[in-house]
Amino acid sequence: MPEKWTGKLEKVDDYRWRIPKSYKSGMRVDGLIYASEAMLDDIRQDRAAEQVANVAFLPGIIGYSLAMPDIHWGYGFPIGGVAAMRVSDGVISPGGVGFDINCGVRMLRTNLLEAEIHPKIKQLMDALYKNVPSGLGSEGKIRLRHGEIDQVLVKGARWAVEKGFGHREELETTEEYGEMAGADPSKVSGRAKERGVPQLGTLGSGNHFLEVAMVDQIYEKDTAKTMGIDQIGQVMLLVHCGSRGLGYQVADDYISVMVNFIKEHNIQLPDRQLAYAPLNSPQGQAYLAAMKCAANYAWANRQCITHWVRDSFCQVFGKSEKETGLELIYDVCHNIAKIEEHDLNGRKANLCVHRKGATRAFPAGHPDVPAKYARIGQPVFIPGDMGRLSYVLVGTEQAMKESFGSTCHGAGRVKSRAAAKRALTGQEVLKELESRGITIKTGNLKDLAEEASEAYKDITSVVNVAHNAGISRIVARTKPIGVVKG
Amino acid sequence: MGLVAYGKSLAEAFANAAYGLFSLIVEPNKVKERESRKVTVQAQDAESLLFNWINELIYIFEVEHLLFKSFNITEFTGQSLEATCWGEKYDPSRHQLKTGVKSATYHMLKVDGEKNRVQVIFDV
Repeated sequence: MPEKWTGKLEKVDDYRWRIPKSYKSGMRVDGLIYASEAMLDDIRQDRAAEQVANVAFLPGIIGYSLAMPDIHWGYGFPIGGVAAMRVSDGVISPGGVGFDINCGVRMLRTNLLEAEIHPKIKQLMDALYKNVPSGLGSEGKIRLRHGEIDQVLVKGARWAVEKGFGHREELETTEEYGEMAGADPSKVSGRAKERGVPQLGTLGSGNHFLEVAMVDQIYEKDTAKTMGIDQIGQVMLLVHCGSRGLGYQVADDYISVMVNFIKEHNIQLPDRQLAYAPLNSPQGQAYLAAMKCAANYAWANRQCITHWVRDSFCQVFGKSEKETGLELIYDVCHNIAKIEEHDLNGRKANLCVHRKGATRAFPAGHPDVPAKYARIGQPVFIPGDMGRLSYVLVGTEQAMKESFGSTCHGAGRVKSRAAAKRALTGQEVLKELESRGITIKTGNLKDLAEEASEAYKDITSVVNVAHNAGISRIVARTKPIGVVKG
Repeated sequence: MGLVAYGKSLAEAFANAAYGLFSLIVEPNKVKERESRKVTVQAQDAESLLFNWINELIYIFEVEHLLFKSFNITEFTGQSLEATCWGEKYDPSRHQLKTGVKSATYHMLKVDGEKNRVQVIFDV
């Protein structure tokens, strides 16, 4: 077990805690953690706060080294970390994005009510499990022609739509429209492509899932309505997955490049996983172009999965697509680095915003928010753990002012996966979930224990901090009915 | 999730770390030594060599679906390594996969040439 963190945390207000840059020599800015007082004990249980301080070492960092309320111990960067670097003289770090590039969440709404699907929930979960390949070592049903992977890496979700997976309107409601500009497949290694080709259209394993949920609270009626969230009991669907082996390989390849860079330049870092290169260096530019490819792959992946989800609903309920009303509300990514324009002391500046386990949360009227949501702000989805609640939020002006338009991404672990497995068996977790009326499909019962509710922070306290601090607003809440766990 | 591996030599510690990696992925006594692969990795230093070694094995597992259980390191300099790895193809009817290991990380990665001890944390 890691030792407890006893470093300095200064209270700014009820939801903000500062690690002053005097805490550690080499910090260029203060650290700032969004948390309630009650969460501090958990946060101090591991070294995540030290990682917030370490990120503050990186050249070009602006404002604060930030941590969202779902902060937990990561590799190099904390999970829940946000760091913005000046493009002019700052750096980019693959560790600040993570291995699963563009791991993200999309939410689909339906016209169906829980009571209508209840009698067929087992069939629905079986169909989803069958139609969406999942689990460790799973391979997809999509057969790419030689060289076609490059198209996926450039076009992202658009590639999937052009192949008949889903609809063009769905690109409108995907972050970056599902296609980050500047993706260059020549910067992605043959190995990464080799891993990516057979895995396109798969959920993967670990904490990735498909969840059938129902709306159980609506906090902002009009805002929810704009998203197509109309009533309590309405069936929703969440898809959580990322860029699979392709993204991991891109991360591996470029962490090695960056580790060599810091070695060659004799740069001392508190943790080599923070290795970086200047944004304006060939290494930094190559990583950015490759990372965008992996991000696009992830959007194509979630788009293909969306199509099979829709098929499954139509098959099981004998309804047309239109009747099911299955529509993409929005798709957000929570492991990414992006060049964005932000206000710095009244002047516009281009920054490279790293979000590692953090979600973009742009406000109403922001040019990157689709027209459909221009009035309410960008939707944000915060999945809870497998047995608990998930939240729908929207981005705010306050997020733009203080967290580079970012908010939390999930519940945040309090127990390591290994500790979670020691505490409960997969069978026990399965039984407990079923007793609460949640149907589970998984090919790996052993790993189910890793995702037990006990392994995570309480999602409600996490989103409450984000809401009360003003960096996003809670709109609605869902609870799970069925889960396909990858 | 991570591991600490020891050996009579640093090369043996590297081999044991690889065994540890695969024991996270699958029950090792379910894996038979049916085929082998020659693996060569290089790096600027011993830490990067460990990172590359682990990730090479993850890559081979993912692309060729080979599960390894024994690792004979035939050449080891601290900056390069040559090994013959024995195992077999993943067979869903006999192998229940446990943990998906995405990658080795540099976080808390350590190679101690005096104690013949290595430490690596995985992203899972």
